[in-house]
Amino acid sequence: MKVRSSVFASFILIFEVFGIALFLRGFFPAPVKSSLSSKSQLSDLPAEPLLGSSPNSSRLPHPLFKRVVIMLVDALREDFVFGPSGRMFMPYTRHVVERGSSHSFVAKARPPTVTMPRIKALTTGSIPGFIDVVMNLNSPALLEDNLIWQAKVAGKKIVFYGDDTWVRLFPKHFMEYDGTTSFFVSDYTEVDNNVTRHLDSTLKRDDWDILILHYLGLDHIGHISGPHSSLIQPKLLEMDDILKKIHSALILKEAEGSLPYLLVLCGDHGMSETGSHGGSSEPEVNTPLVLISPAFKRKDSNIRNPEVVEQVDLTPTLALGLGLPISQNSVGHVIPGVLEEISLRDQLRFLHLNGHQLSCLLKDSIPNYEKEAGFEQFRVAEKAHGSWMKLYIEGNTSEVLTNMGKKVLKQYLEALTAMSSALSKQLGKYDMYSMIAGMVLVFQLLLLLLLAMPEALSSAAAVDLPVLSSLLSLPFYLLCLLLASLHVLVCTSAESSCYLCSLPWGLVFAAVAFSSTILCLLISMATRRLSPGPKIQGKSPLRTSSSEWSLSELDVLLLAGTIGHTLSLGASSFVEEEHQTWYFLLNTLCLAVFQDVCRKYFREKNGSREEEEQILPSKNCHASAHPKGEIYSEKWLALATPPFTLACCRLLRSLNQTGVQWAHLPDVGHWLNSSEHKMVLSLLAAFCLVLIYLLVQRRCSWVSKVALALGLLGVYSYRAAVDNVSFPWQQSGHTMSRGTVEARFVYVFVLGILFTGTKDLLRSQIITADAKLKSRGLWEIYSGLVLLVSLLFRAHNLPVLCGCLLIQTLMAQFIWKKLHYDSAQTTIMHYWFGQAFFYFQGNSNNIATVDISVGFIGLESYVEAPAIFLTALNTYAGPLLWACHLVCYLSSERDSPVAVGHGCYCLALLRSVPAAAYIVLVTVLRYHLFVWSVFSPKLLYESMHLLLTAGVCLFFNTMEQSHGSNKS
Amino acid sequence: MWDHEIRAMASTHAIIAASVFMATVLPAVTIRGFSVYGTHLLWLYSVSGTVTAVSVAVFWLLGISPPTKKHTLGYKLSRLFRSCVYFFLSCLFFHTVVVLYGAPLIESALETFSLAVLLTSLTTLRCLCVLGPNVQAWIRVFSRHGAMSVWDTCLQITVACTVVGAWVGAFPIPLDWDRPWQVWPVSCSLGAMIGFLTGLVAAPAWIHYHRKQLTYKCK
Repeated sequence: MKVRSSVFASFILIFEVFGIALFLRGFFPAPVKSSLSSKSQLSDLPAEPLLGSSPNSSRLPHPLFKRVVIMLVDALREDFVFGPSGRMFMPYTRHVVERGSSHSFVAKARPPTVTMPRIKALTTGSIPGFIDVVMNLNSPALLEDNLIWQAKVAGKKIVFYGDDTWVRLFPKHFMEYDGTTSFFVSDYTEVDNNVTRHLDSTLKRDDWDILILHYLGLDHIGHISGPHSSLIQPKLLEMDDILKKIHSALILKEAEGSLPYLLVLCGDHGMSETGSHGGSSEPEVNTPLVLISPAFKRKDSNIRNPEVVEQVDLTPTLALGLGLPISQNSVGHVIPGVLEEISLRDQLRFLHLNGHQLSCLLKDSIPNYEKEAGFEQFRVAEKAHGSWMKLYIEGNTSEVLTNMGKKVLKQYLEALTAMSSALSKQLGKYDMYSMIAGMVLVFQLLLLLLLAMPEALSSAAAVDLPVLSSLLSLPFYLLCLLLASLHVLVCTSAESSCYLCSLPWGLVFAAVAFSSTILCLLISMATRRLSPGPKIQGKSPLRTSSSEWSLSELDVLLLAGTIGHTLSLGASSFVEEEHQTWYFLLNTLCLAVFQDVCRKYFREKNGSREEEEQILPSKNCHASAHPKGEIYSEKWLALATPPFTLACCRLLRSLNQTGVQWAHLPDVGHWLNSSEHKMVLSLLAAFCLVLIYLLVQRRCSWVSKVALALGLLGVYSYRAAVDNVSFPWQQSGHTMSRGTVEARFVYVFVLGILFTGTKDLLRSQIITADAKLKSRGLWEIYSGLVLLVSLLFRAHNLPVLCGCLLIQTLMAQFIWKKLHYDSAQTTIMHYWFGQAFFYFQGNSNNIATVDISVGFIGLESYVEAPAIFLTALNTYAGPLLWACHLVCYLSSERDSPVAVGHGCYCLALLRSVPAAAYIVLVTVLRYHLFVWSVFSPKLLYESMHLLLTAGVCLFFNTMEQSHGSNKS
Repeated sequence: MWDHEIRAMASTHAIIAASVFMATVLPAVTIRGFSVYGTHLLWLYSVSGTVTAVSVAVFWLLGISPPTKKHTLGYKLSRLFRSCVYFFLSCLFFHTVVVLYGAPLIESALETFSLAVLLTSLTTLRCLCVLGPNVQAWIRVFSRHGAMSVWDTCLQITVACTVVGAWVGAFPIPLDWDRPWQVWPVSCSLGAMIGFLTGLVAAPAWIHYHRKQLTYKCK
């Protein structure tokens, strides 16, 4: 079966997207979520189990505590309290732990050990995965069911002092709050003093129920100088003093008859030996948890090793202790030690509530939940609880009852532990089977793409795929059987659930058949490649024009750059600072092009005048007016283009500082956005819009020209409406609007231009085989895209768009065509420029730089589909614009009909190589310290880019289609 | 073929390499607190000054600079003046290129310019010594198949090695290792220096092994 290389490339890309999607599904475990959208309510609570019926059984037992003080010390490591340094630097805490009425535990935090996910874990009781962080991008507030919300609904008064992450997560939840930012890491005294200064007055008052304190100083010290620095000691002493102060204040306040208080000392995460955190090493994960309350038994012997619990166990414990419903997604189980001192009936009731909540969650998140051991145990325990209750209500008080109750209690605890661990297993695990399956699929496709290179880049631009013969061959059926049996084997033996195994059989079998087809194809193509047949006319991959296998400096650079960039993704710093790689490569590319231009115009002048003469006539056909003068001006323009591009890139680079290490440096974008420079920004925006119009309108029909002009005017008025820029006649103090009308006005013109372009394209394809009409249609679609992007870009980013268009125009005019770069080289250059412009816009490999506000342009409220589309378009505007320009350029400027096919193939190859290499890297580095903070976001960016490239390749495809019909 | 030239070249390069070594070691012994990382700029100046002086002296003694047509003092002075102007222009050129590569424009201008001076003394100065202040000859040498003597090939190799060394030297800058040699412009100047020394070794060796294949067009 012969397919054109563009069809082939898009086919490969589309299936690679599926492979990557499968990989992602395995890499990011699906969050365990309750299917109910509402939050837990008191009225939903299950009745106390009882054989027979009873009137008032669904009541909650009395709360255990009246007031709760949570003292959260950021990065408090377990050994800071329980270890030798705890004995020296936290004497009071140590005394309370060993002698006082307290319970102490080592609470294990789950990675990512970063403050915000930890706070979420502590309040919701669930374990937020990385994907949660991405999903909740547009709402910084925590919308899930959580302890704070439950407390607020129950009428508890909450006071909060400390890290302002809490204030952002729980807006309007606190009666009183004072947030301190953790922005200045070098400050470790002021942040804590800002918390402590409120303490005295608050402790004296009686109007609060829950007090939360979040101390940041220790974390900052860790970041500055590590866990063994001399700064740690005074900080721990300070924390100890504060704990003492709170404790004594609470003891003073305690009144006879009322419920006791609870003081919780905990850390959100630990600190590694270098002082950082985020990963999953022991010192980062182990945090102390000390519960102090007069309700607990006073200890007389000092216990050596505190018990190990999960960090999320605190949530149900606090919820039950305060008489609140446990939040839905909580996976922890109540800490049994806390309940020791209350009546057996209440203990059983609490455990029953916790078990019920966990079993509900289990039902929602695990498909075959009945088989879970914990679920079974819980059912049994519930029944036993019912019969115990019956006896209890009947007034039986014998020894038998107590023994039976103890047994039920034990059953409950076992069930809770089993369910809790089943749930958290679901959360924290990579689904290796799906990951490997996805990886294998992607690599098969990549190999196929690579093997087809000589054919795809040949002058026929068609790939011969022996699909039918491989489908009918014996190895295909054998492979199918083998893979299917492998699948069954893996699925039946795996203890944890994998996504692939939960898929329906038909789908799995289709995937198996597809994979074996590709494998057979690969084998047959490899054999054909190895045995040199007369059929293959494939020459060197690059430079199809030259007959010998020689690489110019530029080719070496292009290849080395592509490979080097792929390799650099293995280092976390290079992922964080990927923009530097691209800027560096782009600069070198421009210098290499400059050298090529110089060589052409300076050296060949003496050596080969004939060649220049050859170019001359073809040029003269078009414009024969002033051949000599034109040549000279052209020469200087061509010579000036690479330096101009370099200068342009340097300016754009300073527009947005991005990355991690140098992101804090001041950049031009901030300068422009400050309110004093609004005038400059307005002038700049206006200038850029005019320039965009001049650059784009050249190739459009007059209808589109008018539409474009009006649209760009609309863009400016939109920016004026949302108060980014100002009209000269406008007074400064005007009301800010959302600019919906203006944005919609622009959308109308965008659609209009796109419609005209499509109409031209269709007409050129169906009615008249007119290449000129077709090229106009293409450029019109391109200008529609430019108009849309200029609306979405922030005002200070308009120079990026401008520079992009300017460089494209100049390069197309003077470099790519004049220097006879073939379509492979042109494609690689376009790809590099696209990548660099991705970062010029201010993007980075961090999720935080995605500008979500774009999703609201022209919309009254948040509508998911357009918002996602607009955000994706805005984020990937650079690569998309360059890829579209590539299509337009190759199909309209090149005479060769196969240029588009070559370009499409190269683009697919350029995109799949890093994507495929990256998923292997991520799999290898899955236990790396930075996997959640650095590698995972990059993985998402890579997959999104792959998806978009697949879309662009489809567009390529339609363009080549029309080429084919033109020819025939 | 060209055994004499190769021998001359090897000894010249040995002298230059030795001078680089001395320029690093001598100040370290004499000046207190001198180190390549700590007082990097000082090391840069010392090395570039030494390389400049030694190259000029050696090449003048060797007499491979192109024969001058006139022997008047005025002509020689004008050549000297032109060479100085070229030297300065080349510094500016390297400075511009480095800034285009992303060096801060104002903040560490002195460091950047020092790097440009080093690069100039390693590359442009050699060109000036071998080819004289003659742009046409430079363009000829640095285009493909443009070498017309062993010295031209040697020039090509050393210059390419130096520039590539400086280019590669920029790679470790984004890594977050916090090492003293990651500070701007230490890694780049060290890269350039290492590249230059490699070029000094590689050029005679390469020419020696390819002496059979080397053919040069005459003027």
